[in-house]
Amino acid sequence: MEHVLEVKEIEKYYGNKSNLTKAIDHISFSVDEGEFVGIMGASGSGKTTLLNCISTIDKVTAGHIMINGMDITRLKGNALNQFRREELGFIFQDFNLLDTLTAYENVALALTIQNVKPSEIDKRVRQIAGRLGITDILGKYPYQVSGGQKQRIAAARAIVTNPKLILADEPTGALDSRSARQLLENMEVLNQTMNATILMVTHDAFTASYADRILLIKDGKLFNELMKGGESRQEFFEKIIDVVTLLGGELNEII
Amino acid sequence: MKLFSMSVKNIQKSIKDYTIYFLTLILGVAIFYIFNSLDSQEAMLVVSSSTREIIKLMLSMIQFVSIFVALILGFLIVYANNFLIKRRKKEFGLYMTLGMGKRQISGILLGETFLIGLLSLGVGLVIGIFGSQLMSILVAKLFEADMSEYQFVFSEAACVKTCLYFGVMYAAVMVFNVVIISRYKLIDLLSAAKKNEKVKIKNPVICVLVFLVAAVTLGYAYYLVTAGIQKLDTIDKLGIPIIMGVASTFFIFWSVSGLALKLVQMKKSTYLKGANLFVLRQIHNRINTTVLSMTIICLLLFMTISVLSSALSLNHVLTEDMEKLTPVDINLYKDADLPDDGAYSESQIQDSRKSVSETLEENGLNMKLLTDVEEVTTYKTEDWTWEDSLRSILDSAKEQFPMLRYNTAEELIKISDYNRIARLYGMKEYELEDDEYIVLCNFNNMVNLRNQALKNGNEIPFGGKVYHAKYTECQEGYLLISSSHTNTGAMIVPDQSVFSENVKEYQHYLMANYNAENQAEKKEIEQIFVNEGESELLDNLNKNQIELNGLTKISVIESSKGVATIITFIAIYLGITFLIASSAILALKELTENSDNRQRYTILRKIGMDEKMIDQALFKQIGIFFIVPLLLAILHSVFGIQFALKLISVQVAVREMLPSVIATAVFLVLVYGGYFFATYIGSKNIIKE
Repeated sequence: MEHVLEVKEIEKYYGNKSNLTKAIDHISFSVDEGEFVGIMGASGSGKTTLLNCISTIDKVTAGHIMINGMDITRLKGNALNQFRREELGFIFQDFNLLDTLTAYENVALALTIQNVKPSEIDKRVRQIAGRLGITDILGKYPYQVSGGQKQRIAAARAIVTNPKLILADEPTGALDSRSARQLLENMEVLNQTMNATILMVTHDAFTASYADRILLIKDGKLFNELMKGGESRQEFFEKIIDVVTLLGGELNEII
Repeated sequence: MKLFSMSVKNIQKSIKDYTIYFLTLILGVAIFYIFNSLDSQEAMLVVSSSTREIIKLMLSMIQFVSIFVALILGFLIVYANNFLIKRRKKEFGLYMTLGMGKRQISGILLGETFLIGLLSLGVGLVIGIFGSQLMSILVAKLFEADMSEYQFVFSEAACVKTCLYFGVMYAAVMVFNVVIISRYKLIDLLSAAKKNEKVKIKNPVICVLVFLVAAVTLGYAYYLVTAGIQKLDTIDKLGIPIIMGVASTFFIFWSVSGLALKLVQMKKSTYLKGANLFVLRQIHNRINTTVLSMTIICLLLFMTISVLSSALSLNHVLTEDMEKLTPVDINLYKDADLPDDGAYSESQIQDSRKSVSETLEENGLNMKLLTDVEEVTTYKTEDWTWEDSLRSILDSAKEQFPMLRYNTAEELIKISDYNRIARLYGMKEYELEDDEYIVLCNFNNMVNLRNQALKNGNEIPFGGKVYHAKYTECQEGYLLISSSHTNTGAMIVPDQSVFSENVKEYQHYLMANYNAENQAEKKEIEQIFVNEGESELLDNLNKNQIELNGLTKISVIESSKGVATIITFIAIYLGITFLIASSAILALKELTENSDNRQRYTILRKIGMDEKMIDQALFKQIGIFFIVPLLLAILHSVFGIQFALKLISVQVAVREMLPSVIATAVFLVLVYGGYFFATYIGSKNIIKE
């Protein structure tokens, strides 16, 4: 099967020759269709930089990133925007919902900017809303709904365009534990029933335990890889804790 | 000193966001200086004496208008400052948590205002001083002054006045700031940072209702100032349509966004296209918080449009009519047949029985200086007054125009005399049956009155005969040249009717051209009739106590041009002020709001919207904010201009209005459009960061 995402030997440097910071130092991995992959690391480990490079928000210094067979490091300008719009879905830590738009409009906006037909927009928005259980709040503004509902609206917006890859940056970062659990379960639904490919960045072991596979990053390097395999989420969570404890050091502080 | 350096840094930091504010202040100072410096302009020193009088009048009017302009600019500055300060709550909160007292914060603001004031005054004055050079060329051209010896003009008085007025404005701003700061509580300042954007949702049904009521009210106000103008017979009633207009403007803005949102939402193909729903929501959200400023902006724009186009139309009418209404070089007239009741001397009574030309010759005028001379005498009778002419509508006339003296005798002129004048003036000649008369009148309000009476078939009995009106409408025409339509009425009657009993001589007239080859020679002859002290004729008339009245083409045109120029200057002065005030408020509001909404554009970018699409969305949004108040203002103006022209009883055909409307539009597009583009570019830069 073809990889949805293939990261080949990428590097990202900040600064100049005399004071060089390697935010990403030779990282390679791949993600297959329908996979739910988590990337863990302490703050400053380079995980957000990695995500930014994949999401085309940032540019790599060297190496290649292939999404669905297309080398996105070669894309420029509007082609890049178009690619981001059509192939990627985003779930952000702070939701990034537009506060002046209703939930319905927030989800629909992702489609209107792709110039999808109005009749189809309505159909697709309602379909996704039904799956994520937000049909009742479609007419509400973000300030009128809870954090968990906001995150589900954001999830709906990410998936409604049928992206090849959904990128989630600390999706539970701003949620209480109950809402976080709800969102993660929703992401599981996206992943399992809608076969969405998800790449999630987090520093939280509990959040990470929802993924099928976890890549641990330290100082810009790929450090370890954990597979869920046939284990339950609880067992996987303990395994993550074990690895993190074993590793000690910085990663420990963040749990 | 520490505080002051903070002020300097703050200004440097924010100068990009507030460029438009600075520019507007500078523009305001410059315009204020230019118009107030007119008195010391070179052109003023070389124009003729009668023109100088007109310019003096203009200057005193400009001084008066300047107070009004200062109020508008003061309002703009205080208003702009007010919401710029409000946006900085978070910053002040930070200062206070760091231990800075309110007094010190006020100190920083004081320093900032002082610097901004100093900067804008300085730059504005420099621009004003150079601008006034251009102005003096324009003035010289308008008044046909000789400007061969050009000199650089600097008006100390205007400079001091500008500094004083703007100084007071900035001082007011400083006081305002101190008051505002003293009212802030730290907790509010800090929580202002994470302000919860709440969208006030208006009930669409209420929106529709409010909109309908406002629209109907506005319609009625429009009706009152145009078709229903008769209802506004006293000055205090003028307030009614104005208040109705202002209130309905406010409520239309209050309701229109909700209404528009609902309408567009129903049309899915527009609503769900590109960034439209974002733009729509953006506007919907903002118009809620900007109803009041939108109202003010709309009204200021309305004033700009109506002041400019009515004044320019008036200018057009004044200068246009002038040529038509001054077919000859000079008119002279005097009372005929003065009564021997002791009020007049023997020689005056003697003279009143002579024609104008006889009087002129006896007092030393060389009659060869005049050519195309026609002389007529008019008559009057106690049996035919205005009351008699208006008999059938007298009650309603008295109600409408209580100030008219209805017992004034009508002026009668023999048909043969009139036809001689008409031939000279190039007007239509008439024929009359023995029992007919014609009403000659071109003063608008009187024409209306007389026409109503004529429609009722007014019959006038005098001298033992009954006379019928030949036409049921007044005929266009006049006896005296003038700068506008001022003939309130003259009756053309059959020749023999004036020899009836009870008819007396009224006035002696003389119409003539100067016997001259060119304009220069005409001006020389003109001196004999106008230049007191150096004219033998005028000396003699004075000595003999003969009251000879007159009008000359040259003086009529000069004063008319003067009046037209005054009106144009004042209108441009006011128009620019209103326009920059409204544009600046709108531009500032847009810029600050867009800077507050930066986050939203970042989100749009994150969900993959093209830069191009974002720019388009921004353009649409700002465009709609600029267009909506303008559209309503234009609608207001359509009726407002008619009302203004009616108030000063000038009748202007739509065709004649066109050039002034176009001129206004060009002016509007330049200034308002300029502000629009500056706002768009500025906002684009803001949301890029």
